[in-house]
Amino acid sequence: MSRIEDVFRRSLASGSAVLIGYLTAGDPRQEYTVRFAETLLEGGVDILELGAPFSDPVADGVTIQASSQRALAAGTTLRDTIKLTAEIKKRHEAPIVILSYLNPIHRMEFRRFFQEAGAAGVDGVVVPDLPVEESSSFREEAQRAGVNTIFLASPTTSESRLDKILKASKGFVYLVSLLGVTGVRRDVSPEALRLLERVKARRERPYAAVGFGVSTPDHVSLLVRSGAEGVIVGSALVRIVEENLNNPEDCAERLGSLAIRLKEAARF
Amino acid sequence: MTGRYSLPDVNGRFGVFGGRYVPETLVEPLVELEEAYYRLKDDESFKRELNTLLRDYAGRPTPLYYAERLTERLGGAKIYLKREDLLFTGAHKINNAIGQALIARRMGKTRLVAETGAGQHGVATATVAARMGFKCTVYMGAEDMERQSVNVYRMRLLGAEVRRVDTGSRTLKDAINEALRDWATNVMTTHYLLGSAVGPHPYPLIVRDLQSVIGREIRQQVLEKEGRLPDMVVACVGGGSNAIGTFYPFIEDKDVRLVGVEAGGEGLGTGRHAASLVGGTPGILHGTYSYILQDENGQISTTHSISAGLDYSGVGPEHAYLKDSGRAEYVAVGDLEALDAFLKLTRVEGIMPALEPAHALAYVMKAAPTMRRDDIIVVTLSGRGDKDLGIVSKSLGEAFEQD
Repeated sequence: MSRIEDVFRRSLASGSAVLIGYLTAGDPRQEYTVRFAETLLEGGVDILELGAPFSDPVADGVTIQASSQRALAAGTTLRDTIKLTAEIKKRHEAPIVILSYLNPIHRMEFRRFFQEAGAAGVDGVVVPDLPVEESSSFREEAQRAGVNTIFLASPTTSESRLDKILKASKGFVYLVSLLGVTGVRRDVSPEALRLLERVKARRERPYAAVGFGVSTPDHVSLLVRSGAEGVIVGSALVRIVEENLNNPEDCAERLGSLAIRLKEAARF
Repeated sequence: MTGRYSLPDVNGRFGVFGGRYVPETLVEPLVELEEAYYRLKDDESFKRELNTLLRDYAGRPTPLYYAERLTERLGGAKIYLKREDLLFTGAHKINNAIGQALIARRMGKTRLVAETGAGQHGVATATVAARMGFKCTVYMGAEDMERQSVNVYRMRLLGAEVRRVDTGSRTLKDAINEALRDWATNVMTTHYLLGSAVGPHPYPLIVRDLQSVIGREIRQQVLEKEGRLPDMVVACVGGGSNAIGTFYPFIEDKDVRLVGVEAGGEGLGTGRHAASLVGGTPGILHGTYSYILQDENGQISTTHSISAGLDYSGVGPEHAYLKDSGRAEYVAVGDLEALDAFLKLTRVEGIMPALEPAHALAYVMKAAPTMRRDDIIVVTLSGRGDKDLGIVSKSLGEAFEQD
């Protein structure tokens, strides 16, 4: 059982879904990332998702696009993201998942990326522009390094492809809650609940976490009541970073307090 | 390469290049598009409708023009111009726009979304949207909107909504990002009418097939006029749609040299260029594995070219394959050489080319004098220059102002 699965198992046994919180590494500066990550983890985030900034993040809405631009302007690379993971891991045991678009990983070469990520303690990797069909050598290298590969499933995913995605996803499967890109939304879309139902109907499957547009404690509690085993909150956290660029202490405090409220809402 | 050329394979690959690297939400829509295309491409009623529109609406076939004065001036190979600049809306982009709009209609889509660089593809898409009754949104980089403002106005007159893209380099690459995001959001009603031979499978296939009417006509016309195939076929390459359309029908004719001309901008050494094949490395951008311009960390580089239509960090995967297999050659021509070629064709033949094919012409002007007088070059004049007069007048300054 991987560390990610262990966290799911224990959290669910204690009556709570897993809270996965996203930050873009190096936004707005690399030295803040460790601080922000720690407040999230102390506030109740169970798994940290650390985004490696990319110049052309096609699956992301304006909030994470702007965040990526700030992180790139601060000189953050995929390697820095791995280093920041190692830094956070010195003090926290929580699993850390790196989110990166494919090209920076390809540029580093799959084998080297997974070796370095594995050595730094990275538990899983999410690549939003890598469909399962194109992923065989990627998965081989991940497995060799003991890193979980987390694939995304979306409301448009067919039944036959859903099978492949669930089989290839280790740790958890990332359910895209809506048609579109990441970003804060007012409501949870009905598509999210239908997709969750489809996944949970399978006997053999990884844990199911829902992301994209999950922004408030109300969203979290609705999803958890509908059977989500994990919830992924991204843009709502990044927006706090964006609103407090020159004020890291206030930022950390607000991140921590949102994490507390989200985790409370994750209890079932 | 031996035998019949039959790429892409079932996985959308041209050798190692191509594929489908997109967010999960777009995978099934791409599969549906692929299935619809394979169903339609040999369908008689689809072909009849496409060919009728290409003939009566767009103005095909376009002439293959013997540029006699240019040939004499250069003193070498005979130069023919494939006159895509005479097509309705002013460039080859309409070939693809008509075809994809027909596919979209048969798939039951009601809205088209497109990206545009120079504005020619945006205009072509807005035009077919008006003709066929689609809603239409075109994404265009802020920088391109400034340098191609006439085309912005044309699109709006045609009823399209033009959305300004202020992210990244504010050019074609960023417009494609926004178009992909829009498509993922509105995928049930919307067809993404991608304008170049780039992007995830099946786009490089569909765009190539729809544009290869250019090369098929060249083949037939040059056989009629000269009784043989040309020695060299030349086209400019941004994403590479007019070039792949020009090259494709000649791929199995090993004696025909295929030359693609990329935008060398201010020089390959300056980093301010858009020559992905000549100056780039393999990587993944906009859903396809091809040559791209990127830094050592895999971030996509910003590009520069005097021509908005060539100003792109990637290139179609089939060109990457043709380069690595040695079947086609790729070279880069800079901003100033392109401007010179623009002016020369204007003065010698009275034909004002767009700055994109001016790059191809600049190469031809260098190559022709080194060739024999009975050699034949065909160069695709992919669009007309009206849209570029602002840039040209800025670049050439007061030299042509009269008092």
